[in-house]
Amino acid sequence: MSRGMTVIVQSVTRLVAGMLFLFGCYIVLHGHLTPGGGFAGGVLIAAAFILVSLAFGSVENVEQHRYTFSSVFESLGGLGFLAIGLAGYLAGHQFLSNLWPKVGEPLTLFSAGTIPLANIAIAMKVGAGLFAIFLALGASRFVMKD
Amino acid sequence: MIELYVLLVAMLAAAVVAIEIKDLLAAAVSMGMVGFSVAILFILVQAPDLAIVQIVVEILAVVFFAAVILRTTHDDSTVQLRITSRMILPAVLYGIFVLMFVAVMTSVLRELPVFGSPLMRVAGNYLAVGLNQSGAANLVTAIVLDFRAYDTIGEAVVLFTAVVGVLTIVRQIGRKADAGEEHA
Repeated sequence: MSRGMTVIVQSVTRLVAGMLFLFGCYIVLHGHLTPGGGFAGGVLIAAAFILVSLAFGSVENVEQHRYTFSSVFESLGGLGFLAIGLAGYLAGHQFLSNLWPKVGEPLTLFSAGTIPLANIAIAMKVGAGLFAIFLALGASRFVMKD
Repeated sequence: MIELYVLLVAMLAAAVVAIEIKDLLAAAVSMGMVGFSVAILFILVQAPDLAIVQIVVEILAVVFFAAVILRTTHDDSTVQLRITSRMILPAVLYGIFVLMFVAVMTSVLRELPVFGSPLMRVAGNYLAVGLNQSGAANLVTAIVLDFRAYDTIGEAVVLFTAVVGVLTIVRQIGRKADAGEEHA
């Protein structure tokens, strides 16, 4: 039983997957400056992982490992977003209010207070959650018909 | 604006195909066509944030569907194109309901502002103070994560619930079947 897809798909995946991951990170980190944000970037990062595990297939114990990894990351993302919200509350404002919006220069990467942090938390949550769904559906155990 | 209506007609056609066709893979492809048309619509009405999300999510959705269909079955056994006498009464009732719905909706839709000229009551305020109050140059992100952050937390909860639901329903069965396969 051969796992994974053909050599063509695997070669293209080797070239593309890293760029996809980097582009996802770019969209997440620049979410407060350019179109995009935590949700789109998180889905892109999940897509990079899904591409790899579709093209190369995955072995049972590696998959179990990845599953724990993604569930931990999803919980971390959700808790991180809540923690950012609580930080706004504890600082004396409303829940989820933006702390330090004036810090840093507008239109640069380090600006907009806690918005980039919330973007990163949402990206972790969305990416890991979608990858966990993908693993749960068992779609990565793709078997080619010879 | 003509391309908008061309896309809308194509989307309607693809949606009907996706429902009625018997091959599940073709249905998934038609569903992808609807999704990508929505993405192009978002670009046409100048909403790049939504367009990016729509494109990525649509790619993932089609990949999910295709991978699962390739692993299981191509045939949609629920599609039946034969019209029987039992279908006449529900069809007539549904037609009456649609007529009433359209009649009510046309009177409601006249109250709405014309397409392409929104009211801008709340949005105007966001545009005026958004950059100063939140510091984010992308106003969509400023609204999603600052002014309307409660909505985002609701969205995160929805996604979390979906993931937990899928994991509870699907995973256990998959593990058992796979363990049996390995030992056989």
